[in-house]
Amino acid sequence: MTKKQKRLLARILVAAALLTLSMTLPVAAIIKAALAGIGYVVVGYDILKKAAIGIINMRALDENFLMAVATIGAIAIAVFQKSGDFFEAVAVMLFYQIGELFQSYATYKSRKSIASLMDIRPDYANLLVDGKMEKRSPETIEVGTEIIVCPGERIPIDGIVTDGFSDLDMTALTGESLPKSVVVGDEVISGSINMTGVLTIKTLKAFNDSAVSRILKLVESSAAHKAKSERFISKFAKVYTPAVCILSLMIAVLIPAINIIIGNAANFGAWIYRALTMLVISCPCALVLSIPLSFFAGLGGAGREGILIKGANYIESLAKIDAVVFDKTGTLTKGSFEVSKVYSAGLEKEKLLEYAAIAESASSHPIAKSLINAFGKDIDRNRIGSLEESAGEGVRASIDGKDVLVGNERFMQRFGILCEPCESFKASVYVALDGVYLGCIEISDTIKSESKAAIAALKRMGIKNITMLTGDKKEVADKIAKELGIDHALSELLPHQKMECLEEILKESLGRVAFVGDGINDAPSLMRADIGIAMGGVGSDAAIEAADTVLMEDNPLKVAKAIRISQKCMKIVKQNIVFALFIKIASIILAAAGIADMWLAVFADVGVMVIAVLNAIRALDTKKV
Amino acid sequence: MENTYKIEVDCANCANLMEETANKVEGVKMATVNFMFQKMVVEFEEGFEPKDVMKKVLKACKKVEPDCEIEL
Repeated sequence: MTKKQKRLLARILVAAALLTLSMTLPVAAIIKAALAGIGYVVVGYDILKKAAIGIINMRALDENFLMAVATIGAIAIAVFQKSGDFFEAVAVMLFYQIGELFQSYATYKSRKSIASLMDIRPDYANLLVDGKMEKRSPETIEVGTEIIVCPGERIPIDGIVTDGFSDLDMTALTGESLPKSVVVGDEVISGSINMTGVLTIKTLKAFNDSAVSRILKLVESSAAHKAKSERFISKFAKVYTPAVCILSLMIAVLIPAINIIIGNAANFGAWIYRALTMLVISCPCALVLSIPLSFFAGLGGAGREGILIKGANYIESLAKIDAVVFDKTGTLTKGSFEVSKVYSAGLEKEKLLEYAAIAESASSHPIAKSLINAFGKDIDRNRIGSLEESAGEGVRASIDGKDVLVGNERFMQRFGILCEPCESFKASVYVALDGVYLGCIEISDTIKSESKAAIAALKRMGIKNITMLTGDKKEVADKIAKELGIDHALSELLPHQKMECLEEILKESLGRVAFVGDGINDAPSLMRADIGIAMGGVGSDAAIEAADTVLMEDNPLKVAKAIRISQKCMKIVKQNIVFALFIKIASIILAAAGIADMWLAVFADVGVMVIAVLNAIRALDTKKV
Repeated sequence: MENTYKIEVDCANCANLMEETANKVEGVKMATVNFMFQKMVVEFEEGFEPKDVMKKVLKACKKVEPDCEIEL
């Protein structure tokens, strides 16, 4: 608890004690009244003070003023009518303050616990100075410095491991509980927790450019984006309070007046009392508090899963998504060329790959790289006698004295080699040895292992309109789309055509459209879509700037999760709005009818708030969503 | 020019009042108060000194919500 909260608690306890004493001690009525009165002042003085300030500043109709009028009015009635309602008025103030304390405490605790989930800020970096380890502020560490991260510590700056090996806990960043192993040469990002071994890391970025800073900036700036429902509630509260006040004024004055006119007893007392009770109910606290809290919990819960949503308004949009457009390369596929299959006409596949890799070892072409990577072993360049590269076709090399041809179909035809064509729509590399066809190596852009599940998850949620956009060949795109279960694949698109496709989908869609991409060229589409989702965490700056939601991991499954989290959050928000409104309106009717007294009114108010806050916190629970 | 300030405000309604009040202050192009984050994001009009504007914002906010604080 904060100091203010502790003081309020003390005041509440003292007042409660005084009130109980005044109700139970067998002393003169005057003393009872005095005890209760002191209790009232103890617990309510700041409300009265704020009410007075409000009147002076011409801002009368706030809850302080209402409570002050309601309770003082009730006390006045009780004094004039010599009824026990005096104690009730005091109890009302007491209860109201209990409600305020609970609201303050619940908000404070929620805010702290949610914020701590998103708190990945490292406080220091370890620097080796003259053989001793010293703690430094991460902002002061220059790029290229070697820092040490001990087990249990958080990596403060993005860098590359130069010594040591360990497992990293990425939970705070991505929500993945599986530790990531790192060895010398691996890049590591700030915010991850070093688990097992001491790591020496050479920083690749400055602290302000590291993942941690960028994520924290995203989280901070999400504070400026309010949801439509939040704005609606604020506007509503502004209208609701004066409306109920006027209503209660009418009840206090009009109805007795009508009574007099038609010849009944005015019954001022009863009606004023009812009016005062309504004033108590007119406080929209529960509503105004629980809605932002729900969104805050939603944002925090998503953050825990490695989904950074840039504002509450995007949660609203995400929940309404009924069409998703995926960019292919880098989003659904890994974006790098890899050897996917080796078809051999007889020779061991390993050998086939070896010849191809050696022949291409001098080339920097991505296909060459993929061959070298797939081969995996060191290449002894001495085995190469001669090397002749034909651009766009292939390589002819003498390896171990043998004549090796590595290239495409056209290249092979030139030398009169007959090959069995691999599936024609992937990049195929054919290999021949001394004029004999050896086989074919298929190189493709590998589909991410989670892509199929990602699409299935979206379909399960009822999102049928899924489109894949790519600049690739039609056959490649169609095959991938079929494998993943995507119904619409638009291929051979130039960048501006991708935008046009997106525009079409936007026009036709009833709900919101999401675009998922990762590269620099995706930025326009990310901005144009209703929701732009950038993949790959803190990789591509342009994409992150343009996007509304950032997925920390390259995992397309998180798209479905982001939508589900948002839907759950919106459900909670709607539940709270409906519940609070219902109780409030019911209370007003009951109060006007004289069925509810002030006790009940305040009780209902506090009760609604408790329930609304507890419900709001449910948005935090995103693990199983 | 846009700045983010740490604020202290106890109730959600008061936060809304602060936001309304801040938006009426001269030199403030747009102000957003986020109660949950306890942050106020202020976009300033051209030609106004943020420090001066914020002093006025704080004064105005204190009038509507005496308990509020803005870390300038």
